[in-house]
Amino acid sequence: MEKPLDTFSAQEKGVVKRISAEGKLKRRLFDMGITRGAQIIMQKAAPLGDPLEINIRGYELTLRKAEAQAVIMEVTD
Amino acid sequence: MKFALAGNPNSGKTTLFNNLTGSTAHVGNWPGVTVDKKEGVYKRGTDKIGIIDLPGIYSLSPYSPEEIIARNYILNDTPDDAPDLIINIVDATNLERNLYLTTQLLETGIPMVIALNMMDVVEKNGDTIDVKALEAAIGIPVIPICALKKNGIKELIDKSVAAVKAGKMPTTILKESKISDVYCEVLDEVKKRNTKHEVFVAVKLIEGDDLIKRAYTDLVPTITAILEKNPQPDHDNDYESLVADMRYQYISSNLSIHQTKATKNTNVTRTEKADKVLTHKIWGIPIFIVIMFAVFHIIFSGDFLYLSIYGLEPIEAPGVYLQTLVGELSGMGIEAIAGALENQAVWVQSLVVDGLLGGIDAVLSFMPQMLLLFLFLSIMEETGYMARVAFILDRAFRNFGLSGRALLPLLMCFGCGVPGIMATKGLENEKERKISIILAPFFSCGAKMPIWAVFAATLFLERGGEFVVFGMYFLGIATAILVTIILRKTIYKGSVPHFIMELPNYHRPQVRSTLRHLWDKVIHYIKRVTLVIAGAVVIIWLLSSFSFTFTFVEDIGDSMMGIISKGLTWLFIPLGFAMGDQGWMFVVAVFTGLIAKEMVVATLGVFSGMTADEILEGGELAGTGIAALLSALSIPAAIAFMAFNLLSVPCLAAVGAASGELRNKKSLWGAIGIWLLTAYVISFVLYWAGTYWWIGMTLGIIAAVIITLYILNYKGIIKLSKIFGKTPDKKTLQL
Repeated sequence: MEKPLDTFSAQEKGVVKRISAEGKLKRRLFDMGITRGAQIIMQKAAPLGDPLEINIRGYELTLRKAEAQAVIMEVTD
Repeated sequence: MKFALAGNPNSGKTTLFNNLTGSTAHVGNWPGVTVDKKEGVYKRGTDKIGIIDLPGIYSLSPYSPEEIIARNYILNDTPDDAPDLIINIVDATNLERNLYLTTQLLETGIPMVIALNMMDVVEKNGDTIDVKALEAAIGIPVIPICALKKNGIKELIDKSVAAVKAGKMPTTILKESKISDVYCEVLDEVKKRNTKHEVFVAVKLIEGDDLIKRAYTDLVPTITAILEKNPQPDHDNDYESLVADMRYQYISSNLSIHQTKATKNTNVTRTEKADKVLTHKIWGIPIFIVIMFAVFHIIFSGDFLYLSIYGLEPIEAPGVYLQTLVGELSGMGIEAIAGALENQAVWVQSLVVDGLLGGIDAVLSFMPQMLLLFLFLSIMEETGYMARVAFILDRAFRNFGLSGRALLPLLMCFGCGVPGIMATKGLENEKERKISIILAPFFSCGAKMPIWAVFAATLFLERGGEFVVFGMYFLGIATAILVTIILRKTIYKGSVPHFIMELPNYHRPQVRSTLRHLWDKVIHYIKRVTLVIAGAVVIIWLLSSFSFTFTFVEDIGDSMMGIISKGLTWLFIPLGFAMGDQGWMFVVAVFTGLIAKEMVVATLGVFSGMTADEILEGGELAGTGIAALLSALSIPAAIAFMAFNLLSVPCLAAVGAASGELRNKKSLWGAIGIWLLTAYVISFVLYWAGTYWWIGMTLGIIAAVIITLYILNYKGIIKLSKIFGKTPDKKTLQL
């Protein structure tokens, strides 16, 4: 099933399918390791509901829902 | 020989730098750069090797100022400045993402070694990395080090020196990839230009790097044609995405396979456990508030641990105690010097004692509290907690068009605006940086504290004195929010900056490096502030001690400063505090406050025949000269006076820092204009609202109304756009 990263619930896992962003945002996502095929585990949302904390390539990364929306994921089990 | 240290933020670069350079390290400001590069010297026998600490970066892309600085330094051709070697520091606990930068650095063709840091943590976690195999795969020396414990440093330098001698050819993963044909064709075109760093330029042209495209405009059509000839349907013909993917694929299939992860990672579990509490959905924010409250209590409280509640004798908090101690010592010093000058001319005594020493005393007086605040903030930063605070509060900051990253510099401003403004360097987004600099003075700094304290102990003594101090902090924060919203809707329009940030594993603060960090700050600060203050103090002293005919005057009212202030008093009449016979004195205080805010109290002291020490030593002020002087003000006028001092142009040292960070005259004058306008408008409103309606809590009400209106507007309950005839750009707010 394909869906954007911001709709993931806690502990849901998936693999990056593509990035639908441009310019600086796209570059920043790549630089942080969010590229096609990378595994992501959703950790949690911040107390005010945004931003999100994810685990990628063995480390913890935080990004906003608006930015996570650009990361299109394939859900794995 | 020069070695550049390059690596991801938080990879242990600065620790390595400090260990390499030892006590010879110095912080140097390069002209025209935004982030401090540090240069130090490593002594190898009789050889001296220059070590350059570059800002921490994730890639060599041209987006954040740090990346551009690091890249410009690495690629520069100036004979004595160009690096002979790059020491790429790689965090072994986070191999894949760190090696991503490595693949880009290799393209520059500068000799390079990898310092594989934090190997001890890897081993402690039960993981292993086959260093030999990694070295063979990547083709450059890989040296395991532990920057903290100084292990492997000698081997690192030995291999580095050997690597410089051996030289290096640039390598890129594109050469043996599915787009090697495209790469070779582009490289051939670049080679015709006979430029340096051909491989780097070729790869960046394929990636579509803006800066490189601008530098080689004539090549762009040819390159575009080559790329279009080879469409990449898998990646929507997006070469930037293709190259990024290939880099990570190369890393995971060739390099990171040489690490074996233990099944259970203990260190990560510890961080996860801590995060369960510290970023908890319900407890996260209260815990942060308690921590901040404790920090401020330790530094500023006159009733440490609230002992007086239990009927015990109140004691001063450590911060207050240190401050009193330093104040007493400097007071003794000044007295001794004043005694030694007794036989000198009156103007010499006045210049040295009132002018120079007074200025130095002013700086020293809040130094201990400022340092303690930085110590706590550095500890929070080093342990990794500050990143969590940004995570927790980002959502709240976003309402005002800022990101959670702006928190650290703004918190620092409660100590002192100078380092706060300097810390805005870490913000990627230019508009966010500029707004943060403009907000800096609104956060009541340590030097403004004495002003509130004096008013609280005199005019407001029986009218809720403790509310004055609290109210000024609150007024500052409310004004900051208001100004940010207005700036975001007017001159600094645009989307809210992105917030994509690493949450590093928690670790214990390193006492030595924290103290060292602090020491660097002190030295930097003293240099910067004393120069400015000494100069300004002499000028103000001249203006307030001499008349226009250059004769020494005893009465400040006859001096140039007094005459100018009297002439400008009409400007401040609408603010209430400049009315009456003594009104001009408050105008003088506003002007002297521009040097350093504690001069405000000192100046008012001069007019009431008291010294700043007498006023601030904490004794009863009722019935003294200063109380009499301040009682000339009505309550609203006093509030307006305090608000004006809080919100207007900060001290010269902070203006100097702002001019350094804003980097152009137009922005600086813009900031000064905003400060003056904000101070004038808010003071005006407070005075008139207070005069006709003075229950003393006006400031609170106004601020509360503004915040409520904004929140209601944000939640869509009311529409400010209908009232002000403007459409709030919801889309950009949410981005």
